[in-house]
Amino acid sequence: MDHRPQAWGRPRDDVYGAYDASYMQTNNGPTQHTQQPIVTGTSVVAIKFKDGVVIAADNLASYGSLARFTDVKRLRTFAGTSVVGFGGDVSDMQYLDRHLTELSIDEAYKSDPGHSLNARNLHKYLSKLMYHRRSKFDPLWNSLLVAGLDDDQKPFLAATDLLGTTFTSPSLATGFGSVLAQPIMRRYAPDEESAAKLTQEKAVEVIKECMKVLFYRDARSMDKYSIAVITKEGVDLKENEKLENQSWAFADRIKGYGTQTV
Amino acid sequence: MAMFSQNPVLDGPNYSFAEAPTVRADGFREHRFNPYTDNGGTTVAVAGDGFAMMAGDTRSTSGYSINTRFAPKVFKIGGSTSSQEDANILLSVVGFAADGEALKERLDAICKMYRYRHGKPMTVNACAKRLSTILYQKRFFPYYVYAILGGLDEENKGAVYSYDPCRAGGAAASLIMPFLDNQVNFKNQYIPGSGVGHALQERERKPLPRSEVESLVKDAFDSAVERHIEVGDALQLMIITKDGIEEKILPLKQD
Repeated sequence: MDHRPQAWGRPRDDVYGAYDASYMQTNNGPTQHTQQPIVTGTSVVAIKFKDGVVIAADNLASYGSLARFTDVKRLRTFAGTSVVGFGGDVSDMQYLDRHLTELSIDEAYKSDPGHSLNARNLHKYLSKLMYHRRSKFDPLWNSLLVAGLDDDQKPFLAATDLLGTTFTSPSLATGFGSVLAQPIMRRYAPDEESAAKLTQEKAVEVIKECMKVLFYRDARSMDKYSIAVITKEGVDLKENEKLENQSWAFADRIKGYGTQTV
Repeated sequence: MAMFSQNPVLDGPNYSFAEAPTVRADGFREHRFNPYTDNGGTTVAVAGDGFAMMAGDTRSTSGYSINTRFAPKVFKIGGSTSSQEDANILLSVVGFAADGEALKERLDAICKMYRYRHGKPMTVNACAKRLSTILYQKRFFPYYVYAILGGLDEENKGAVYSYDPCRAGGAAASLIMPFLDNQVNFKNQYIPGSGVGHALQERERKPLPRSEVESLVKDAFDSAVERHIEVGDALQLMIITKDGIEEKILPLKQD
């Protein structure tokens, strides 16, 4: 009789031979960290306007070049006053989402009513978290945009990424959006002054235009998207928007790719 | 026969998870995450008589993209509150922005602790020594930044801690430094007709007035912007004198 608890409930070695531990679904070998993103979300775009911020991201989670999940919500509200947009690895996004849910519950219990973390506090928290994880060589493979209002109830928009790099700007975009959407947004909000003059309608229009350009040119994007408008009144989040008025007229003028010869 | 024996096999893989093989059959393949990036930009510091000037452009880049046109690189350090109104030290960081931010916040916290414990602000040279120990603590996972510390010493003379009384760091340091060597330290400047060959006398070195340093720094940045894509947008100038710290934001080319 083998009295060692480790052996209980397992095939007897003397009958079946030593158990081949390599079949076990445990983490054999060195501790593994995320080395590359697997299921990914593409760009997040956002722009400030005079009373707040507009932020948008499509609802696609890609598995490499495969459009794997088409109903993934990549914008999440925090404390009813801020919105975080996630680009990059979706599982890390879900981890952060759970983490933020826990944080907001804790904060709601701890702090006085109406005194929860604002977007600036949230951005600082997230960027410290991201920097801490990169310093552990175990990064969260995301780029985040945090949109909301700061301590003075002014529009606030800032970014952080897997390295913990942070920056703010009148308009921000992650991923492909930083090449395709940012130049469009900078036409309307080149600096803080012009962003402070932008109306909500115009800002939403610019963001929708950016989402359309991204859908035209980013092969990892989709025409179903989420858009949120954050103002003093709160967060207006729509998670099932569809791109409209696209024109594919340019498509038959594209020549010289693949097998097309005429 | 082992088959009928009631004794477990003691040699070979056993039940404990920790005893499982640690080497994969196909050997090691390593893909490593790179924890660093370069966010571009350039900083300059010049010490004068009664002032120290720190300057940096405000562009932040990743690759060929501009993250933002306004991300200051020069910070006030060691004030008693977060507004840094009574700060007496300047720190500029250029290189990897996240490390720069972490370094700045750490040094600021240390200066604040010093102030609370001793009831007086930290001197620049004490802070510079502390900065060097902080940087050395991370010798084997370094802060990927070029840091310059500036302020006034006990005699109210400008002090800039790097290696020289005037210094440029970051992307366009190699463009700006020779210009500063010539214009601030008067390198390769000789008194005309003072001699032949080695007998030629060097121009006498003296601290420059503030207005002259300001325009030199602006010129240095204007020319760096022309030749380096990671430099531009705006110039942040911080001038520390015995009356406090003055901040100026001047426009640079945005292309």
